[in-house]
Amino acid sequence: MSKRKLTDAHLPVGECITQVQEILRERLCCQKLPDRPEGVEAQHKHLLELLKRTAVHGESNSVLIVGPRGAGKTMLLKCVLRDLLEDKEVQKNLLQVHLNGLLQTDDRIALKEITRQLHLENAVGDKVFGSFAENLAFLLEALKKGDRSSSRPVLFVLDEFDLFAHHKNQTLLYNLFDVSQSAQAPIAVVGITCRLDVLELLEKRVKSRFSHRQIHLLSSLTFPQYLERVRTQLSLPDDFPDGKFAEDWNASVKTLCEDKSVEDVLQRHFNSSKDARSMHMLLMFCLSRVSVSRPAIKPADLLEASRLCFADAKANMLHGLSILELCLIIAMKHLNDVYEGEPFNLQMVHNEFKKFLQRKSNSMYNFDQPVIMKAFEHLQQLELIRPVDSSSAKIQREYQLMRLMIDHSQIMEALQKYPQCPTDVKQWAMSAFG
Amino acid sequence: MVVVVLGAPGTILRSVWYEEERLLRVAQQMPCREVQAGMLLSLMGQPQQYSYPSIFIYGHRASGKSHVMHVLLKELELPHATVSCVECVSVALLFEQVLLSFFGCDAASLLPRSPSLSDFVRIYRQQCSQSPAKQTRYIVMEKAELLRDTDANLLPALLRLQELVEDNVTIILLSEIVWDKFRPNTGCFEPLLLHFPDYSKGELQQILSQDRHPSYTAEFYSSYINILLGVFYSVCRDLRELRHLAALNFSKFCEPLAEGKVKETDTHKLWRNIEPHLKKAMQTVYLREVSSLQWEQMQQMEEKESGALRGLSAHTHVELPYYSKFLLIAAYLASYNPARTDKRFFLKHHGKIKKTNFLKKNEKTSNHLLGPKPFPLDRLLAIFYSVVDNRVAPTASIFSQISSLVTLQLLTQVSHDDQLDAPKYKCAVSMDFICAISRTVNFDIVKYLYDFL
Repeated sequence: MSKRKLTDAHLPVGECITQVQEILRERLCCQKLPDRPEGVEAQHKHLLELLKRTAVHGESNSVLIVGPRGAGKTMLLKCVLRDLLEDKEVQKNLLQVHLNGLLQTDDRIALKEITRQLHLENAVGDKVFGSFAENLAFLLEALKKGDRSSSRPVLFVLDEFDLFAHHKNQTLLYNLFDVSQSAQAPIAVVGITCRLDVLELLEKRVKSRFSHRQIHLLSSLTFPQYLERVRTQLSLPDDFPDGKFAEDWNASVKTLCEDKSVEDVLQRHFNSSKDARSMHMLLMFCLSRVSVSRPAIKPADLLEASRLCFADAKANMLHGLSILELCLIIAMKHLNDVYEGEPFNLQMVHNEFKKFLQRKSNSMYNFDQPVIMKAFEHLQQLELIRPVDSSSAKIQREYQLMRLMIDHSQIMEALQKYPQCPTDVKQWAMSAFG
Repeated sequence: MVVVVLGAPGTILRSVWYEEERLLRVAQQMPCREVQAGMLLSLMGQPQQYSYPSIFIYGHRASGKSHVMHVLLKELELPHATVSCVECVSVALLFEQVLLSFFGCDAASLLPRSPSLSDFVRIYRQQCSQSPAKQTRYIVMEKAELLRDTDANLLPALLRLQELVEDNVTIILLSEIVWDKFRPNTGCFEPLLLHFPDYSKGELQQILSQDRHPSYTAEFYSSYINILLGVFYSVCRDLRELRHLAALNFSKFCEPLAEGKVKETDTHKLWRNIEPHLKKAMQTVYLREVSSLQWEQMQQMEEKESGALRGLSAHTHVELPYYSKFLLIAAYLASYNPARTDKRFFLKHHGKIKKTNFLKKNEKTSNHLLGPKPFPLDRLLAIFYSVVDNRVAPTASIFSQISSLVTLQLLTQVSHDDQLDAPKYKCAVSMDFICAISRTVNFDIVKYLYDFL
């Protein structure tokens, strides 16, 4: 299969679909950078300006990018870096250190990683350092030596910045901010975090060294913009090999976005969250349904995808329980109603269940206590019920107090869908008093 | 590469980019799971394309999650690493297994002792730059709920591993617990959620019927499965458990056939023969109180002498000294009766106690629902002296019997060990157990229990 770009060539449908999948998957799954960050132009300009000053003029800076998950913080930074590195001078000069709070879980690991990313393992060798600051100073000092008279600017990117604040004494943050404050080596510290209160996590001495520059990415997306974004995410670029196919595809995407039912679904998604990630998830489900036999996204696909996204996981799990386990859940629901959410134990649940059985005079569900215990433990394993206190060592299992972790509406919803649910069980669940 | 649209009967694995015969082979290996497999395949896309960074598959135990994943990855020859989180007692094992499967043992040996996530990602990136992924690599994590108990950073990092290592890699988490219970406090990269629904009764029947013994007809075996499901389906829908039970009890089902008493088609007689047997299995095998070997032995024993076979739940064979039995009875009474009623139960001349006053039935929930209450040692001894027939001196032997009851976990000590003057206890035995004990010493315990007045 050749993937050469052919203008206005007609490719077989299979080939086209492969191309479509490839392009869109790169967008949805591996977060390919857009040509131009949308909706965050001001922030983009600000950050680019700031980093340029470090990279070109050797000014030190520190900045935090704050925004909820999926708001495009990393995307913004990557776009800025891409634009920044277009400058040949900068490309040659700027050193980058990328740290992630998830990976560098303490300062020792972080320092090792910094050394590695600055390619200074040889310079450090077997040296023993008295303190962290000394070590960092040595690293930065090492950068000064070389053919250039002044030291090279270093860009520190700290992803998941809030996690660095949990390190012991916040040594890394203290030293980085300290260097950026005092005119030592030119460094820029960019922190990325989803916590708005991240400054509260910093110690006083660290906080005072931070420049207090924050770039907020709080989405002010409106629904028409959201719709537009969905359309652009699904549209094919102009340089698609088969021009005719791309045209058809884009037209079909356009009609899709104008469909009333699709709009309703998207509105619902927009109302629950408007970040890019959850949109990608929805579109990924749609995309997965595209194949040779169905070479376009239909409104039905989007509806199905939305159903998958909004499916209630707990109701799904309730669907797979045995009748006995379901009966226990219903008994718990009644206990919750009667005692207003007080915790219960197995004996109470069993008693409630027995009351139901007596009324029905139906021996079908007469089970021994151990069988019921096993069902109860299965529910606990599925974390549908949870012990009130974890110290269960001294309490018999049947008297361990539990709480139900499912909402009543979820139970009723699951009952409606339950296959071959006996009518008496359904009525029992429906009745107000157990 | 061949582009195939599969329309073969019994396959819903359609429009995916693999050879037809391979897909057929895959479909044959997973009865009743074609829809889910098709969905997964279409999400995974073509091997060289990117796939979503993390996929979370949840569903009940034995709903085919691991099996489907395993068959798909193996039959379609996709690069993958399967990690069971039960086996990985330390993260080092996890990292090692992933690196080993993707890059061979040289890469795995690069890991330092007690590696951190940072080391893992570093080595992965380094290896991956040498041999970049031509096809999506898959990491399958079974029993992913255990990841929550490890380092808090591990799960969020794995979910965005694709971004961290900049490789075409997809994490697939398998669990029987819903995703809501996984989400860390500050959120994380949200995986795609996929549900594997439970097998319906018909599907269970279909799958179980496949294990039939070659010397019996298919109808015969499936009628057996039908009877088995009739007994167990309302309690258990776990395929693996049902399969175990089916295998254990089949020989019993065939017995009348071998003796020539009934024909294969006489389902009713066969049912009459096996039904009590299966009910018994529910009380023993299903609860794992006897092993399958013991169960078989019990079946043989039963033929010789029709003695009652009982599981451990019957609690019949606990031998205790005479006074210990009374101590236990006294402890039970002290735990389940309110202290104010002791006068009525244990004093010969307790004067007049109004019955209405005594039975405060507005205390609605009985003590047998709420569980045992703690009681001081004095009360235990007082009740003990009045229930035991002859006079007993409070000797060291009595006290040592109390502490051995605690060691046997029939009593539990509630107060701290350092509280010597007034230790408190709780009785930790069930009603059935104490009734059995009191029967051996001819003591009618029910007469003394407040709940049963």
